[in-house]
Amino acid sequence: MARITMREAISQALWEEMERDPKVFIQGEEVGVWGGSYAVTRGFYDHFGGERVRDTPISESAIIGSAIGAALTGLRPVAELMTINFAFVAMDHIVNQAAKLHYMFGGQMVLPIVIRAVSGGGRQLAATHSQTPDVIFAHFPGLKVVAPGTPYDAKGLLKSAIRSDDPVLYIEHATLYQMRGEVPDGEYLEPLGKSKIQRPGKDVTIVTYSKGLDLSMKAATELAKDGIEAEIVDLRSLQPLDMEPVYESFKKTNRAVIVEEGWRTFGIGAEISARIYEEAFDYIDAPIVRIGQKQVPLPYNRNLEQMALPQVEDVIKGVKEIV
Amino acid sequence: MEKREHLDLYFQMVTIRRLEERAAELYQEGKIGGFLHLYIGQEAVSTGVISARQPEDRIITAYRDHGVAINCGIPARVVMAELMGKATGCSKGKGGSMHMADVTKNYFGGHAIVGSHLPLASGLALGDLYQHNPRVTVCMFGDGATNIGFFHEAVNLSKVWNLPILWLCENNQYGMGTAVERASAVPEIPQKAEGYGIPNSRVDGMNIMEVREAALEIIKKIREGGGPYFLEAVTYRYRGHSMGDPERYRKPEEIHHWQENDPIGIYRRYLVDRQLASEEELNQKDIDAQTEIDEAVQFAESSPEPAPESLYQDVFVEP
Ligand SMILES: Cc1ncc(C[n+]2csc(CCOP(=O)(O)OP(=O)(O)O)c2C)c(N)n1
Ligand SMILES: [Mg+2]
Repeated sequence: MARITMREAISQALWEEMERDPKVFIQGEEVGVWGGSYAVTRGFYDHFGGERVRDTPISESAIIGSAIGAALTGLRPVAELMTINFAFVAMDHIVNQAAKLHYMFGGQMVLPIVIRAVSGGGRQLAATHSQTPDVIFAHFPGLKVVAPGTPYDAKGLLKSAIRSDDPVLYIEHATLYQMRGEVPDGEYLEPLGKSKIQRPGKDVTIVTYSKGLDLSMKAATELAKDGIEAEIVDLRSLQPLDMEPVYESFKKTNRAVIVEEGWRTFGIGAEISARIYEEAFDYIDAPIVRIGQKQVPLPYNRNLEQMALPQVEDVIKGVKEIV
Repeated sequence: MEKREHLDLYFQMVTIRRLEERAAELYQEGKIGGFLHLYIGQEAVSTGVISARQPEDRIITAYRDHGVAINCGIPARVVMAELMGKATGCSKGKGGSMHMADVTKNYFGGHAIVGSHLPLASGLALGDLYQHNPRVTVCMFGDGATNIGFFHEAVNLSKVWNLPILWLCENNQYGMGTAVERASAVPEIPQKAEGYGIPNSRVDGMNIMEVREAALEIIKKIREGGGPYFLEAVTYRYRGHSMGDPERYRKPEEIHHWQENDPIGIYRRYLVDRQLASEEELNQKDIDAQTEIDEAVQFAESSPEPAPESLYQDVFVEP
């Protein structure tokens, strides 16, 4: 076991998969010479060369569209969007092509593509560059959406995503790159579409993922001081969505708080709580609480931005409302 | 041009330079956050072209926008306040470095999604064409932006509808770390305009008088109904793409080479050689610009933070 950062974990997964399979290649803006704008692919260009680490023009539609085309010829592209905000430029290719082709052509077309994208606010990048729109992508059948919250999961899930024959949107949170965690030395894979208990507890179930996991873990540590043991279910994958661990936990705690960084309105909390109401109604002992971003575009000013984003204190408060 | 006007343009360029040097320091001190893209080296482009517009002409640009803001007449202290996210900033602290605007000055902002403002520019020009306003829209963007679909759609539309628009490409040789020839099928960017049948030319973007003269003539033609025009200004940014750029893609010698053609130095020599201004007068302008920036920082630092309730304001016009 080694303690490495999220950045290193993602980088290792890419490196190992590229070493393992020559069909895997990377394309995106500044992935090569620059080394990735978040330094994830630093050193890749020198090692793998420009054929496999392809700097692209600023052309998001073509980055995703051509990755789809290349995948149809049997390659396994990892297409990088510098930030998920630019996914909107490539929305047609993500939504109308990547998510549809396999189904629409009766299963003939197989597109093993991974779209890596950096999501999240909290860095004062203002409204267009700070979004956490992860849930939007989980709305479309045909696209897998993965968003790890620990280095361990980041590595194992990315390797599985690259080996998957389905299109996968792999979402990295901009403020988690420095987070450290234990990662095994040898090769391992984590399955896509499986939720995971990241912290056992008995008093309340916190359902979350990505940055929300970090907030929830910190909140749980504080809550434990007051004798409240929160169980944290990390979705890790928004599509497919694995609800079994959520139901199991909820049937034990009878209380749930759902934590996401994105806007609360029509968010993940809405989906998860609806499913709990549908599948575990008899177990509900308290209203389900949803924590998310205030319904405003994120402002540049630091104080305002932090006001709009969910905080550890919000999670603590949310739990205390129902426990 | 009168001496007073020359001195004013010189003052604007130096003000931009000092403002941004100071902004870089404030960024290191943590008083400015987010992304900060400096315009240092490119000042002659916006100063030249904006000096050639009428006040009713519309300006729109990308995120490298502090210089444009100054040239459009936003006071340095208001720009500085926006950089520090204060309530007194031009976007009330909500936009930051990348999102400066003042619509009362017909400056429709800095825009952070590469190329996304080009279709908006087509719309500004359409609005004026539709309403028979004899106004011209000047749309500024980088070399890298000519590779995104937005560019091609907006430029094509401008020709199809004969829109009164000046497409001003600031070719500073790189889009982040990617050199023009590594990203653009044609290294000669005006060829892209040629492909859409739009008249075009190139100008030395380090030389303010060349930029200004070209822009004056072009804007006049556009105003007379000549339709869209594409101007490439060849320039260079001396600083990294934004703060924290590792700059692995270029050599220091290349930067030094371009620094020998510093746009402020070129203009200074031009003014002195033609006896349009004396060294003393220019030195005084340098001092004035420094004072302006010192005051701007003071103003910004002593300005209030936006009120908490402003978080919810301006989401919609109506409640
Ligand atoms: C659609 C989109 N893709 C990527 C980015 C990230 N990005 C910001 S600036 C930039 C380079 C733009 O280069 P250029 O147009 O030449 O302008 P310059 O920065 O040189 O002024 C990139 C890739 C973005 N903001 N928007
Ligand atoms: Mg450029």
